[in-house]
Amino acid sequence: MSTKNIEEKQYLLRFKCDTKSHLTVLDHDVCMTQCPDKICTVFCPAEVYKWEGTRMQVGYEGCHECGSCRIGCPYQNIKWEYPKGGHGIVFRLA
Amino acid sequence: MPEKFDVIVVGAGPAGTACALTCAKSDLNVLLIERGEYPGAKNVMGGVLYRKQMEELVPEFWKEAPLERPVIEQRFWMMDKESVVQFGYKGLEWATEPYNNFTVLRAQFDQWFAKKAVDAGALLINETVVTECIVENGKVVGVRTDRPDGEVYADVVVLADGVNSLLSKQLGFHKEFRPDEVALTVMEVINLPKEKINDRFNVEDNQGCTIEIFGDSTKGNLGTAFLYTNKESLNIGVGTTLSSMIKAKIKPYELLDYLKNHPMVKPLIAGGESAEYLAHLIPEGGYRSVPKVAGNGVIIIGDAAQLVNAIHREGSNMAMYSGKLAAETIVQAKSREDYSESSLNSYREALYGSFIMKDLEKYKDAAHTFEKYPQYFNDYVPMMNKAMSKFFTVDGTPKREKQKQIMKSVTAEKGTLRVLQDLYRAWKAVK
Repeated sequence: MSTKNIEEKQYLLRFKCDTKSHLTVLDHDVCMTQCPDKICTVFCPAEVYKWEGTRMQVGYEGCHECGSCRIGCPYQNIKWEYPKGGHGIVFRLA
Repeated sequence: MPEKFDVIVVGAGPAGTACALTCAKSDLNVLLIERGEYPGAKNVMGGVLYRKQMEELVPEFWKEAPLERPVIEQRFWMMDKESVVQFGYKGLEWATEPYNNFTVLRAQFDQWFAKKAVDAGALLINETVVTECIVENGKVVGVRTDRPDGEVYADVVVLADGVNSLLSKQLGFHKEFRPDEVALTVMEVINLPKEKINDRFNVEDNQGCTIEIFGDSTKGNLGTAFLYTNKESLNIGVGTTLSSMIKAKIKPYELLDYLKNHPMVKPLIAGGESAEYLAHLIPEGGYRSVPKVAGNGVIIIGDAAQLVNAIHREGSNMAMYSGKLAAETIVQAKSREDYSESSLNSYREALYGSFIMKDLEKYKDAAHTFEKYPQYFNDYVPMMNKAMSKFFTVDGTPKREKQKQIMKSVTAEKGTLRVLQDLYRAWKAVK
């Protein structure tokens, strides 16, 4: 079957998760007070970022490591590193 | 005593592997460092690999490399909501050796390619992240990795760490890229039986077709969609500049699903089974976004140097060629025992003298123009569709009258002067 939503898409993937996040929201207050759009929750292709009312939840386990959040955050509020060697997403095909 | 190599290459994608392979063939001592479980595990592309630059690295590679299909037809679609204006080229000269380009699945191809570098003598280390370049007296002398005691030294460090080149940024070779300098692209691999692909795309077993789709595929935003045929699967994807996605508040995967459900696309992928979903950034800043590419003891190649021609969807070929040019410079530098910036700058000269920078220079204003003036995707694609529909619908109106009506509707919507301005501006951006 062809996928219909992001959950089904993410389910196709293999991840070798680290126990530590390679993505860090530096200051949750910036998201709360300065960023009404919370645009990372929109453009992130893996729905890694979810706003929980007072803080940004970061589901780094499903990250594609594309870098969009680092470049796209209007407040440079995301610290972006590569996951530890051999960890993170493992593409098997394309 | 820490280990020292002639060359350390960071990243085993097309650029890094091409560089490592060429260096190893010249008997240099090469370390190729890859952060993924295997080369290709982190690498994504729509799927077109050009023959010419690859052939210079591995002659007649098509006889052994894991390729999907030689592309014999390239279609271009200007798509509206319920219609499409098409043009393209199909030629059987592309169906035989030496071919023009191929569809590939990168996780397989990159592993095969990296093995070529290993066979030539390069040492490949997977599952290792380079965290920083070791700089001594203003010169890059090695890299620090995330392995215990993970410092390695070399005469030259080659950064082939892709679009997210944290290392070249750390060295101050460029600032963080802006959202309009990168395109966020998402794609799916959709399995479909070979016979269905052959029938739907009008090709035979070892023939492939590519479709680039403009207009409603991105809901009028600056970007394109693509649909490529593999042996027994399709790659379907869509991307826009990150800035457009932010501005239009688009969820990329929803845009992909919109594309998959578009009435012009849906029948081609019907019954297919999704096998993988991938997201990646493409460096599309072009000529003006290319950073400093050589320094003391360091060279930057491939996506890390923004070497992508977005208009012609060329990237991996430029990556490979830049890797080869870098390797040739390093071999010369080795003979001089001089790895200073002025010595390694012969890479810069070679790069700027090659088709890579010439093509990027040709299109240096294209992305900027189309981003600033969204009417090309927003207005003109639907207009073209309406014009074609009107012209080819037989309703008793004489053809000359139809032509008049079409011209009138175009100028009425925009004004003659604006249409001429738009045409001139577009021509200037790509001439």
